[in-house]
Amino acid sequence: MIEISHVNKWYGPTFQVLKDCTTSVAKGEVVVVCGPSGSGKSTLIKCVNALEPFQEGQIILDGIKVNDPKTDLPKLRARVGMVFQHFELFPHLRIIDNLCLAQEKVLGRSHEEAVAKGNKLLERVGLTVHANKYPAELSGGQQQRVAIARALAMDPIAMLFDEPTSALDPEMISEVLDVMVDLAHEGMTMMVVTHEMGFASKVAHRVIFMDKGEIVEDAQKTDFFGSPRSERAQKFLSKILSH
Amino acid sequence: MFDNLDFDVIRRSLPYLFLDGMSFTLMLTGLSALGGLIFGTLIALMRLSGYKLLGRIAGLYVDFMRSLPLVLVIFWFYFLVPYIGQWLTGASRPIRVGAFTSSLVTFIMFEAAYFSEIMRAGIQSISKGQPAAASALGLTYSQSMRYVVLPQAFRNMLPVLLTQTIVLFQDTSLVYVLSIPDFLGAASKVAQRDGRLVEMYLFAAAVYFVISCVASYGVRRLQARIAIVR
Ligand SMILES: Nc1ncnc2c1ncn2[C@@H]1O[C@H](COP(=O)(O)OP(=O)(O)O)[C@@H](O)[C@H]1O
Ligand SMILES: [Mg+2]
Repeated sequence: MIEISHVNKWYGPTFQVLKDCTTSVAKGEVVVVCGPSGSGKSTLIKCVNALEPFQEGQIILDGIKVNDPKTDLPKLRARVGMVFQHFELFPHLRIIDNLCLAQEKVLGRSHEEAVAKGNKLLERVGLTVHANKYPAELSGGQQQRVAIARALAMDPIAMLFDEPTSALDPEMISEVLDVMVDLAHEGMTMMVVTHEMGFASKVAHRVIFMDKGEIVEDAQKTDFFGSPRSERAQKFLSKILSH
Repeated sequence: MFDNLDFDVIRRSLPYLFLDGMSFTLMLTGLSALGGLIFGTLIALMRLSGYKLLGRIAGLYVDFMRSLPLVLVIFWFYFLVPYIGQWLTGASRPIRVGAFTSSLVTFIMFEAAYFSEIMRAGIQSISKGQPAAASALGLTYSQSMRYVVLPQAFRNMLPVLLTQTIVLFQDTSLVYVLSIPDFLGAASKVAQRDGRLVEMYLFAAAVYFVISCVASYGVRRLQARIAIVR
């Protein structure tokens, strides 16, 4: 589904943020990406839906080459859902309109269709009663669930998550993770940047560890948590697991 | 010194002052603000587009307009527009342009320079995550601008835009150089005709003062409300 091969990316002439990154996510697979802050996790995941350009290598998404100048990027992005650390709901639109905007403008669905779909997804994330509120009236956890629903409204073939719970108060983390766990169980293809190792051990198939722009470790979940691995990953794990 | 003043002249000329004068002033203010906002937003988008040449042209335009006295622009434009129109349409003689059209075009072009700076600040105040989220949903650059960035930029900048419009409301009085009967022009016509300069100019000043004050107060109220919503 997602094929990342030998991706190199620089910011400016000298700072290399991604170094020969190669990995893949199969259909229905859940891959967790972790690593220290600044290691390039967000950058890598943003390269997948071309929110960030890269200079070398290639990424193929469902058979379409992301870094081909001829690729219709808006169309490609519409097929992949993305959830951000800071939710990024549109503050000037009601919750239901947040869910409808791209359905109507990008997929060309009628307003009625979009609203029906939106309501169905709000019900799914347990926020039906908030449909007519503005984002600022919701808690962080609720906003992030809306953001997930907004992405799902586009019927994505895969979902990208960039630290979806790290801006949340601790008591709100689980309500968001629950939605993500459900998604994983339904067979959604997911690439998730997170430090929630509980989530990783519950639903991830593979775990990728990044450091300084490199993919240091790319292992099956049981191998990653169990058997020997690189020293850098060990250090990192002991640090976050001790919290 | 007020012994021989005749304030009845104001009462007698009220219909002319307001139905002709003030309605012209308000219409010119409103249309100029609207046109200036649209044109100004386009200039702001040019400056932020990332195309160097486009940005330079827009930047030069803004600097040019901001370094000329408005009165001069009004004056020059009135004489130039007929010739520009002739050149654009290929007519054989300078086209006839009414004083209203001429002053409207002038104000739109002049105000666009100021509105563009406000809208530019407004667009830059939106965090990068917003257009990123719009792109991630498949919206194109122009859709993202239209449905996500500009509405927020406009909402955030509304108090500043309205304050600028109040300044514009006062500035429209400069069309007196074209002897157009806006509110001030109308007052001044009556003043000359009846020899009641003090009364009429006092009254005109009072009217501008009251309207501007009330409008400023309204803007402050609005600002407080927006601050709460955010
Ligand atoms: N737009 C940018 N320009 C320059 N450097 C950037 C930019 N975005 C991110 N970086 C740098 O790239 C590195 C990786 O960033 P990021 O992918 O956000 O890391 P992570 O998500 O793993 O914390 C960091 O050192 C960061 O400072
Ligand atoms: Mg990050």
